[in-house]
Amino acid sequence: MRLELRRAVVEGLVFGPATGLDGGLLTVDADEALRCLEGISLTKMRLEIARPGESVRIIPVKDVIEPRCKVEGPGEVFPGFIGDVETVGEGATLVLDGAAVVTCAPVVGFQEGFIDMCGPGADYTPFSKTKNLVLIAEPEEGLEKHAYEGALRMAGLRLAHYLAKACASVAPDRTETYELPPLAGRNSDLPRFVYIYMLQSQGLLHDTYLYGVDVKKILPTLIHPNEVLDGAVASGNCVSACDKNTTYHHLNNPVIAELYRRHGVDLDFLGVIVTNENVVLVDKKRSSSYTAKLASMIGADMAIVTEEGYGNPDTDLVMNCAKLERRGIRTVLVTDEAAGADGASQGLADAVSEATAVVSAGNVNAIVVVPPMDRVLGWPESIATLSGGNESSLRPDGSIETEIQAIIGSTNELGFSAIGSRWV
Amino acid sequence: MTKRVVHYVNQFFAGQGGEESAHLEPVTVEGALGPGLQLQTLLGDEAQVVATVWCGDNHFAENLESTRREVLRRIASFEPDLVIAGPAFNAGRYGMACGEVCRSVTEELNIPALTGLYPENPGVEIYSRDIYIVPVADSARGMKVALQTMGALAAKLLNGELQGTAEEEGYLSRGRRKNFFFAENGAVRAVEMALAKFHGQPFKTEFEMPVFDRVPPAPALKDLKGATIALVNSGGVVPMGNPDRIEVSSASHFGRYSLESLEDLTAQAFESVHGGYDRTYVNDDPDRVVPLDALRALEKEGVFGRLYEYYFSTVGTGTPVKNCSRFGTEIAGQLKADGVDAVILTST
Repeated sequence: MRLELRRAVVEGLVFGPATGLDGGLLTVDADEALRCLEGISLTKMRLEIARPGESVRIIPVKDVIEPRCKVEGPGEVFPGFIGDVETVGEGATLVLDGAAVVTCAPVVGFQEGFIDMCGPGADYTPFSKTKNLVLIAEPEEGLEKHAYEGALRMAGLRLAHYLAKACASVAPDRTETYELPPLAGRNSDLPRFVYIYMLQSQGLLHDTYLYGVDVKKILPTLIHPNEVLDGAVASGNCVSACDKNTTYHHLNNPVIAELYRRHGVDLDFLGVIVTNENVVLVDKKRSSSYTAKLASMIGADMAIVTEEGYGNPDTDLVMNCAKLERRGIRTVLVTDEAAGADGASQGLADAVSEATAVVSAGNVNAIVVVPPMDRVLGWPESIATLSGGNESSLRPDGSIETEIQAIIGSTNELGFSAIGSRWV
Repeated sequence: MTKRVVHYVNQFFAGQGGEESAHLEPVTVEGALGPGLQLQTLLGDEAQVVATVWCGDNHFAENLESTRREVLRRIASFEPDLVIAGPAFNAGRYGMACGEVCRSVTEELNIPALTGLYPENPGVEIYSRDIYIVPVADSARGMKVALQTMGALAAKLLNGELQGTAEEEGYLSRGRRKNFFFAENGAVRAVEMALAKFHGQPFKTEFEMPVFDRVPPAPALKDLKGATIALVNSGGVVPMGNPDRIEVSSASHFGRYSLESLEDLTAQAFESVHGGYDRTYVNDDPDRVVPLDALRALEKEGVFGRLYEYYFSTVGTGTPVKNCSRFGTEIAGQLKADGVDAVILTST
């Protein structure tokens, strides 16, 4: 399976009469862009722009999506949501590199988060560095919460696809090729790596989709990393902002990027096993056993295991670890920690002695104070009900004191950011 | 301005003899003494060892509280910016004295204090969460290196420059996790660690697995007929309006609410404030998390004795285990005191 990512770099983002990319400047026709959202059960939809360094806060943020579309090969990005469900990961895909669609709506109590485009909060989120087209919307009256989440998810994916599609004819600034040979016939002497991709599936608005299928209903399954690059995995979840994998994180999965970078150099990248994080023990047992079996069947020596969320899925994380290790597949886990504001509490809800190699993605409870911003997009008072915030978080001057878990992507457990916790 | 340092040592390092002088009471000497002379050289012009307080190890150990207060009083009179104690290497009584002096200075004078102990010195386990302890050798043969490390940490503490991890700064961890930004992202670090693990090369996990306090369930009740049963939940069900302001995540406290004369938790009078799940269904009918209706029915049928007149509630999501342990201890204490025989714990 061979995929080209054709990257067109976005240096600037403005509104204008026609959507297109020219000389690094992405122009968006807001009226036309909003027309692609017709039929979606949202009201009062409007678009705003937030650029790196500007004094802007976006709150509460539901998802962030990188604009991509297929330009060659079968299927369309975000299969199951955009276009059909044809297998993706082959041909060529256009990436508007440096741009992002951010969805923002009063999704109170759903564990959303915020993005600051400058100041100390900006250090904690990757989306302070992207040129953001922000969709601000409200649900239609009486819209049930799950339908509301679905509408917002669909709106973000459609907008991202629309932007890329409108720029489909631009010449890319650089092209990257992603290709792995079939498993049969590989005769590499290098250690064989599999990536265990745990997806949030606790339900009650904690859902993730694979080809449009709710992953809490799947058995763990083997997929090609290129499928992820084409949006086969889409976020539909409202877990804590700090460690929810936005769709942007999935599209730019850093573990896949690193395993590809070192493939054929010092490791042999076998593929990706997608698994879930269901709430009941029987599902956890079934999925972890099945995951370890799949990894064993394809002959893995090493597994990188990433978690999404904290607390309940810590159990899935350590069950995966123990079962892989017992089959002789050595593991490295990536997780964050809930160590308390003072950092003195134990950070995981479950543990096994086999977990000897763990990368920390940071302490979600660490406190940060972010200053007031000149422009606030959305509903700043929602910090009171976001995980990490509380009723006294928003101060009269507009500054916010909160745990970093309210910041989108602050302790991402794919290892997207450079943060980590250490002993002091 | 030159910073002021007070140094604490025992009778031996004050040059007053060994075991035969271990009963001596605290003494104050102006300026540096014994190992303090070398510390002064290391600190240079930045700081001055203005006084040395010394005390016999046995006297300190046998009159702990009074000696602690007396030594603290002597130290405070010099208005220091920093206190250094020891190093005490693997000496048990001396190590405890250094730990006690440093903790008192830190907590009561609110200025930084550090000592040097061998990692297996019993003082480490007792004091390492509260004070800065530099790991040193097990005997005075390691004096030179110990003073160098302690001097370097002292200089940083005096300048308020402690930015790195415990390991980088040269002290034993105080048991707290702190966020840092590294050169490489987590994924790059993970693959690097995996390759080292595969090849049997040394690697360092970034997070050691916590050790859990596993509690075996209490034996089942033999007879429910006379039993008092209580309801406790972490699903955030509280009276409408959240009177105790329980946080939506990372709860700092729990609430206790009366069930007296209630047969059912109605959507008008109760709600969930939990920030970690979709509350549509529980807010429709709070009995889904606090099953009062079902228990009242069983109580009437005589299946069990009586329902305890209060229920306890907190929010589980993002709440540090340390807080949870405290909630559990306090709730269990109240239930025990009120003669509750069994508890139904519900989450979300």
